[in-house]
Amino acid sequence: MTTTPHDFSSNGPIYGLMAEFDSAQQLMDAAHKTHQAGYKKIDAYSPFPVEGLAEAIGFHKNRVPLVVLLGGLTGGLSALALQYWVAVITYPTNVGGRPYFSWPSFVIVTFELTILFAGLSAVIGMLALNGLPLPYHPVFNVPEFARASEDKFFLVVFSSDPQYDPSGTRSFLSGLAPRMIAEVPS
Amino acid sequence: MATNTQIPVEDRRVPVIAPGHTFSTITDKISNIVLKRPLSLGWIVGFLLMFSLLNMLMVALGYLFIKGTGIWGITIPIGWGFAIVNFVWWIGIGHAGTLISAILALLRQTWRNSINRFAEAMTLFAVACAGIFPLVHTGRPWLAYWLFPYPNTMRYWPNFRSPLVWDVFAVSTYLTISLVFWFMGMIPDLATLRDRAENPWIQRIYGLLAMGWRGSARHWHRYETAYLLLAGLATPLVLSVHTVVSFDFAVGIVPGWHTTIFPPYFVAGAIYSGFAMVLCLAIPIRVIYRLQDFITERHLENAAKVMLATGLIVAYGYAMEAFMGWYSGNKYDSFLLWNRLHGPYRASYAALLACNIFIPQVLWLKKFRVSTVWLWLISFVVLVGMWLERFIIVIVSLTRDFVNSSWGMYYPTKWDWMTFFGTIGMFLTFMWLFVRLLPMISISELRTLLPEARAHENVEVQK
Repeated sequence: MTTTPHDFSSNGPIYGLMAEFDSAQQLMDAAHKTHQAGYKKIDAYSPFPVEGLAEAIGFHKNRVPLVVLLGGLTGGLSALALQYWVAVITYPTNVGGRPYFSWPSFVIVTFELTILFAGLSAVIGMLALNGLPLPYHPVFNVPEFARASEDKFFLVVFSSDPQYDPSGTRSFLSGLAPRMIAEVPS
Repeated sequence: MATNTQIPVEDRRVPVIAPGHTFSTITDKISNIVLKRPLSLGWIVGFLLMFSLLNMLMVALGYLFIKGTGIWGITIPIGWGFAIVNFVWWIGIGHAGTLISAILALLRQTWRNSINRFAEAMTLFAVACAGIFPLVHTGRPWLAYWLFPYPNTMRYWPNFRSPLVWDVFAVSTYLTISLVFWFMGMIPDLATLRDRAENPWIQRIYGLLAMGWRGSARHWHRYETAYLLLAGLATPLVLSVHTVVSFDFAVGIVPGWHTTIFPPYFVAGAIYSGFAMVLCLAIPIRVIYRLQDFITERHLENAAKVMLATGLIVAYGYAMEAFMGWYSGNKYDSFLLWNRLHGPYRASYAALLACNIFIPQVLWLKKFRVSTVWLWLISFVVLVGMWLERFIIVIVSLTRDFVNSSWGMYYPTKWDWMTFFGTIGMFLTFMWLFVRLLPMISISELRTLLPEARAHENVEVQK
């Protein structure tokens, strides 16, 4: 399990091993097998969302809905609080003898700000949880990876995985019949 | 297992993507429009034409800022004039994009995948055009930020009971959410452009916009959740925007405005004109950029059906207005109906009925739904009709209110027309740039429509 110095290529430390596949199905099968073989620090890359792939690499913790809920609650409550404060406390205006807290007319702004905050939380939350924007990432060092945004599918086992072993992992990945295997320089 | 593979009934329809495409051909076809296609003379001439219209808008607005709203045809009692007519028209057109991307996404209508991107772009540009009008109509647009609640030395706060303040919130929320929805949907495609661009500067620009998207399964998972939630949030939003716009009228007491049917009737009208604009743009674009494989007859026919259905809701709205004019026994309401039919603006009301109700009925016939020329002409007629509808609602109602002494006539000036056609120039200038600078069809969403995009968990693998 220990890596000897000459396992690192002369270019420096290795981020992981990348295997390229031709189809979503091959990637899915490979991801399953790799995860079942005990590799936990892995990732799969595809040019479009593949249903079930995230689960196949052992990803279950999706906090986006919680972020959106909190964002929506913040938006709605702050809109209502603002309108209450303006209409009742700081700038009360008598409009046709209606009560200052005429809540039915506050529904619309409350609704709009709920949507605004929830929607912005969805986008910003998604990007933040994904760690984006991140212009540089080691996987981009592999030239073939350019086709991850076109028609090819990739699986990466990170070198930080406790089970990672340069030669053992490489032979495991070749058993999955990939198109090619490449070292990802860090 | 059966050897005779019978085609299921639903598959006999024209497909959403023409057969024979792979992930790579879809990617090539759409990204090459942006990255490889040379500038054509037609594009340049069209762009210059639209750009000069945009400059006409700048002149009209510049003169307006110098002279004030007196250069327009607005008077008392017709204080709203073209500015509000055009505002409502543009914001209505801006409804189709989010409807297509959000509501049809929730309904799992796969045909939306090839038209949602440019319909969303169209939404943004239309809302941008719409936004100009209330701003300049205030007369002092440099003070427009007074509309927003913020602590100020005047110790003044907006009145949250006013529909005009609701409008500010509804329209600005709609613009913001449409923008982030559009941009988020484009991130994976921007990554595709980044990876395919040959010029390092172009690659850097798309790279910056793509924010380092690398298609990780974890990222896709969160992305899809966020997209679905955003669609769920945008669905009530899109319905609320024109509802709030209609409150601007319905809360007033002017005959012809003060009715409870306005919200649903405005929303239906908005979708009607929005789909008409989508068709007006999609029909030429698919021919010029040879996208018939992705925007097929099925898309056009479906959009035509949506137009027909919403047009009928609009027709019901007109019928109900006429019915209430008679049934309510309210003399102002019945006069309103008489005035529309026989008053000084009777020609525009007749044109409205023809454009919005009678002519679009030919869409019941399949022949007209699949003929691109006819469909384009009908969509254009609907756009004119929907503009006339807003003209009738705003202008004709204001010219004849309760007391004859406050009656008047409205005559738009050349500055009104220059501003209106100028915004059309602005809209089309943006469209012109959009089709060449950004992927106008969602590449990643089209890929998911191919059968090989689906993967299943293999049971044997589990062992």
